[in-house]
Amino acid sequence: MHWTEYLNPLMQGAWLTVQLTLYSTILGAVLAFAAGIGKTSHNRIVKAIAVTYIEVFRGTSLLVQLFWLYFALPILGQTVGLDLRLPPVVAGVLALALNIGAYGAEVVRGAIQAVSKDQYEAAKALNFTRRQTLWSVALPQAIPEMMPSFGNLAVQNLKDTALVSLISLGDLAFRAEQLRNFTQDSTTIYTMVLFMYFGMALVVTALMKTLERYVGRWRSARG
Amino acid sequence: MSDTIIKFDQVVKRFGALTVLDHLDFNVQRGEKVTIIGPSGSGKSTVLRILMTLESISEGIVSVDGEPLWHEERNGRLVNASEAHLRKMRVQLGMVFQQFNLFPHMSVRRNITEGPVKVLGMSRQDARERAEELLEMVGLANQADKYPHQLSGGQQQRVGIARALAMRPKVMLFDEPTSALDPELVGEVLNVIGALAEEHDLTMLLVTHEMRFAREVSDRVCFFDKGKIKEQGTPDELFTDPKEERTREFLKAVLEG
Repeated sequence: MHWTEYLNPLMQGAWLTVQLTLYSTILGAVLAFAAGIGKTSHNRIVKAIAVTYIEVFRGTSLLVQLFWLYFALPILGQTVGLDLRLPPVVAGVLALALNIGAYGAEVVRGAIQAVSKDQYEAAKALNFTRRQTLWSVALPQAIPEMMPSFGNLAVQNLKDTALVSLISLGDLAFRAEQLRNFTQDSTTIYTMVLFMYFGMALVVTALMKTLERYVGRWRSARG
Repeated sequence: MSDTIIKFDQVVKRFGALTVLDHLDFNVQRGEKVTIIGPSGSGKSTVLRILMTLESISEGIVSVDGEPLWHEERNGRLVNASEAHLRKMRVQLGMVFQQFNLFPHMSVRRNITEGPVKVLGMSRQDARERAEELLEMVGLANQADKYPHQLSGGQQQRVGIARALAMRPKVMLFDEPTSALDPELVGEVLNVIGALAEEHDLTMLLVTHEMRFAREVSDRVCFFDKGKIKEQGTPDELFTDPKEERTREFLKAVLEG
């Protein structure tokens, strides 16, 4: 087979990879903010939930989390009489998001706590509530600081999507494996896949850079 | 009739083994302009930080306008103040910081309107008009759209003053407002503070090393040493004829320094 004939199936796989990356990164960011802010909470229950989530998902392998959601959860559901079967895409997005969210939570927490004490004192002197201080003062300054780490995590997440091929989702890695089984043309196929992942990673990096400039635009005001 | 707005009654503040305020008694009358001077570590900034509720107290009672600041009455007993009580008390006080502490991600206008809108519930329109007036007053009428990092230190501190005034406090606390400034920028900030001192109702507490300025604007100067007021009096009394040896040493060191 000529290499151009691989393009179509590989592109189909790449499209699923893009979707998995997009959805899991967005959901992961939401989880990261929830857990990261939760970890700085003065409410002990909220804090305990956040810490437990972060430690469990950072402390176990993504592959095991994925298998657990896809294979173990439905059986567990059965024993208590619930249908917890997840479509592969949902299981994949969920596992990736939960994993990336746990790492992102530490980034969020770190950036919030790195906002200088002076800023918190100024907020207090203006009689802001804790919530107002978080949303108006701390987060707008912390988010630009989070962006480089978030960029790394997003690229990491893109690469991790390859694992979902193991629950028979037709992503880029899965398509590549299929083609290789069929043609035995490992070198061509995996070289193409390599470049495709790399190309997608470049796009993710560029997007995150743009986002970084946007959320930190006050820092570059001139005149 | 004496009308006490701030009262420290046997207040002790400890940081670990270090005693910063040592059974301090200190009163300020409504509308009075009081300057606190003294060597570093004498507890002078701590007095302001306690009033702004940035620092709690270890013993004693602090009252603002007749009501305890760090305590509240519950079932007839004084207990430690809740956050709700502190929030209620804080509206009476405004603070200007040595390092300005402006919000770097907000424009000058937003720095000034954020508090009135979010905390006082003022409409954005009213808050903006008020901000314009205040910026006019501190001589920065055209700078509302700039960000703090685009301003000089002196300009930033004037925004800091406008931001605190926007909350309409009864008492303004100035914590070494010119100490972080280049010498040539000190004057413009002192001018603004000096103009404020003309306002009859506003109570001002100023911690500073600017002795000449203290002499011009204050009704009373307090010399702090080792967590207590060592000596106090009108500027003339304290600067020209200090009674205490320690005060004389300090003034000699600062004025010749």
